[in-house]
Amino acid sequence: MAGKRVVVVGGGLAGLAASMKLAELGVAVDLISLTPVKRSHSVCAQGGINSVSDLTRQDGDNEWKHFDDTVYGGDFLQHQPPIKEMSYWAPKVIDLMDRLGVTFNRTPEGFLDRRRFGGTLYRRTAFAGATTGQQLLYALDEQVRRHETEGLIKKYEFWDFLGPVLDDNGQCVGAIAQDMVSMEIRSFPAEAVIVATGGNGLIYGRSTMSVFCTGSAASRCFQVGAKFGNAEFIQVHPTAIPGADKLRLMSESARGEGGRVWVPRRANDSRYPKEIPESERYYFLEERFPKYGNLVPRDIATREIFNICVNEGLSVDPTRMCVYLDLTHIPRAELDRKLSGILEIYEKFQGVNPRDEPMKIFPAVHYSMGGLWVDYEKSSEGGLQLGSPKNQTTSIPGLYAIGECDYQYHGANRLGANSLLSCIFSGLITAPGIVNWMQSKKSVETTSSTIFEKAIAKHQMRHKALLSNTSGKENPYLLHQELGDIMTRAATVVRENHQLQEAYDRVLSIQERSKQSTLTDTGNWSNQNVIFTKAFQDMIPVALCILKGALLRDECRGAHFKQAFAPKSLVSQNPSERLKEAEDWCDRFEENSRRFLKSSVATWKDPEPDIQYEPIDTSLIPPRPRLYGLVGADAIEEVWKARAKKKVSPENPVDVKTPSLVG
Amino acid sequence: MFNPLTTPGESTKAVMIASTTEATKNRRRPAKVNVRILRQDGPGLPSYWERHQVPYEPDMNVISVLQKVAAQSHTSDGKHVAPVTWDCGCLEEVCGSCTMVINGRVRQSCSALVDRLLEATPDEIELRPMTKFPVVRDLMVDRNRLFRSLQRVKAWVPVDGYYDMGAGPRISRDDQERDYPLTQCMSCGCCLDACPQFNKIELQRQPGESDEELQARKNAAFDQGFVGAHAISQAMLFNLHPVGKNMASERLEALKQPGGLQACGNAQNCVAVCPKQIPLTTSIARAGRAVTVYAIKKLFDR
Repeated sequence: MAGKRVVVVGGGLAGLAASMKLAELGVAVDLISLTPVKRSHSVCAQGGINSVSDLTRQDGDNEWKHFDDTVYGGDFLQHQPPIKEMSYWAPKVIDLMDRLGVTFNRTPEGFLDRRRFGGTLYRRTAFAGATTGQQLLYALDEQVRRHETEGLIKKYEFWDFLGPVLDDNGQCVGAIAQDMVSMEIRSFPAEAVIVATGGNGLIYGRSTMSVFCTGSAASRCFQVGAKFGNAEFIQVHPTAIPGADKLRLMSESARGEGGRVWVPRRANDSRYPKEIPESERYYFLEERFPKYGNLVPRDIATREIFNICVNEGLSVDPTRMCVYLDLTHIPRAELDRKLSGILEIYEKFQGVNPRDEPMKIFPAVHYSMGGLWVDYEKSSEGGLQLGSPKNQTTSIPGLYAIGECDYQYHGANRLGANSLLSCIFSGLITAPGIVNWMQSKKSVETTSSTIFEKAIAKHQMRHKALLSNTSGKENPYLLHQELGDIMTRAATVVRENHQLQEAYDRVLSIQERSKQSTLTDTGNWSNQNVIFTKAFQDMIPVALCILKGALLRDECRGAHFKQAFAPKSLVSQNPSERLKEAEDWCDRFEENSRRFLKSSVATWKDPEPDIQYEPIDTSLIPPRPRLYGLVGADAIEEVWKARAKKKVSPENPVDVKTPSLVG
Repeated sequence: MFNPLTTPGESTKAVMIASTTEATKNRRRPAKVNVRILRQDGPGLPSYWERHQVPYEPDMNVISVLQKVAAQSHTSDGKHVAPVTWDCGCLEEVCGSCTMVINGRVRQSCSALVDRLLEATPDEIELRPMTKFPVVRDLMVDRNRLFRSLQRVKAWVPVDGYYDMGAGPRISRDDQERDYPLTQCMSCGCCLDACPQFNKIELQRQPGESDEELQARKNAAFDQGFVGAHAISQAMLFNLHPVGKNMASERLEALKQPGGLQACGNAQNCVAVCPKQIPLTTSIARAGRAVTVYAIKKLFDR
């Protein structure tokens, strides 16, 4: 492996896991990041990381159920083999993080403690207080520092990835990046480039994401030919603290430890929450979903909260939309041991102690299920062929994508505490695949240097053009605000075709206007203005993918919801009529699956994306209606069970149990 | 870092945004916020003050003030200027990016709420960069030295590798509760900026010097300086870990060197300014005992 290098872009959980594993396999790594790697956005993750545990196993849990919970939670939009593999690896991932020294919470006997999380009935989630992402990231950061000291990993922090370099065969031979302090642009020849650059919440203006989560790195790959999958699936987390600069996450673990969501039954009830008796409180998630209660999956919880505020007018604050998230009934010692990190955030930024008063929360853009399209190789057991160079490769050979910026693991909706898992998992499995990739081809050292010189020149031109455009009249910060406004109104919780089309046209016009950006800083030293302007321009292709994907997808699936295509509730009280309604419901469901149970895959055709549909491997677990025990849906469950029984064949070697709608 | 303006339009406010804190609801609100910022165009260049004025909004922090300054891009007397450069990331005090000196005190700017600051200084808020690290530009400094310190004390668990070897060692609840606070250190540098024993080390590139040569020269200089409270605390964290302690003597050896533990003057400023209230002085005391025992043992082991 002498002299051969791999570039990793992004130093969050996925990027660091890949880097450390590559170093273990003897491969030199150039690690490029916008920010010192231990300050990556992974640090904000709060709640925990999922796996089957020795304890849950004895209560009937197993990896197959974790797999099932994940694809059911994702509304079956995922290719199933990678999910199966991830679920079987999950206990090993947590064991590894444990060995690296992560200070997971412990039981009295000293085993890893677990908590309940959304979308499952088992206590799978290992956690470190309420700051789990931080502890996991730091453990990987420490290992990477060790390899840095030993010389195998070289860090380029405060560098902006400008794009991959492709040779004449369309293969990735390296990357171009820019030093954000000196503004120097240089090339990084590499046998492979891994993009691990996280989500794109900044496209919405305000979200729970960090300021560098712009999606621009993924966009730069997309614009030179990497396909982008399922862009329209954006997770809006149900519980966040509104704020002027950011919507701060209030972890699902608050509910996992017993927190309850409620509003007063009476609209505009101005009493202090403590004064409202239990009977006059509407614990709406518990009442509508008795089995999962406050831990229904996020898209369902978000829509319920949205509905309560927007349609039923039950917001608890007369001036803004919000509902209560109540922890006041939980013993203080418990709260301090398990949730202190997030309680501190609420207290610090809102000036109210959540131990004494219920928190006021509202949904916020939180996670991008979609991202760069990546491939995989299926094994004979229906999981992943480990070590295959096909795992996590984008549609550009030699360019890989892992972590939140890929589209692979969460389908139409992500379960809480599955992201920390998918990031570390995808990072770990990519490394051996890349080693095999490197051995299968000619080294990039034979690539002519003119390819790199041309790439640098192209980016220099863009940079200089921006610095010298003194006659432009658009302020990129204000344009970004406009973009965020448009996206937040048209493409979050509830979508509507007319609005989406209008938004799409407006974003196209913003795209034109963004070319007239004028900079207030035209210097060539630590120029944040020009870096931001480039990132903003690159947000637009992804924004267009989100809007177009949403526009074309005329159905409700996971986080993507259009009222016009929402399945009708059963209305009849007469049992035989109700049964007929349920049969119709299931017919419509199957017809809709035939049309839309497909990945939306975007290709860039400047200045717009072109979207096609690709089939999904759902061969291991047949898709079923996603109801989570919704009250009133029993008839649908019965009809579906009967149909599924008819389909199961005795020769089928895969253990397909009669699927239960309630998970 | 990026300075995106994130104040939403009115219609978005109605749908997705905001709640005023109970505390600020009834307070008299100013129309504008005045801020004076110590700017510097590059390393080694002279610094200068600049005044800005931005519209007030409830629940503002210093970050949102700087974002508005960036969008306005002119001073309070109308002069067009480049936006102020500063570092930020998570905006919720877990990443350690946005450290600066606000009204004379080093802290994270994301959790510096304007309402609180205006109570103390209603006329103007003062922003300066950290004082113990070389200024790159305006409020952004180079904290590379901080990460070098973590290398000096070998702040990691020396696992064999990343293959699956089963679970880690059993850890008691008490030990986890002792260790978890130490793992909240986000390398923000507040403890270093406040420490009287920690002095700025700033090197200029010599003619013809490559990046590698310059970094090596910097590292050599950094290694002579005080390693700092954060690194001592991390060393103790790893010395307490069942596998980490296999390298305890190496860490203690590092702390025995010039720039190690003996440089600590016991001012206790570190623990006073740590945004995560990490018990730094407890770690320093523990380190003191450990280094003494280690030194004596070494004497007798010859």
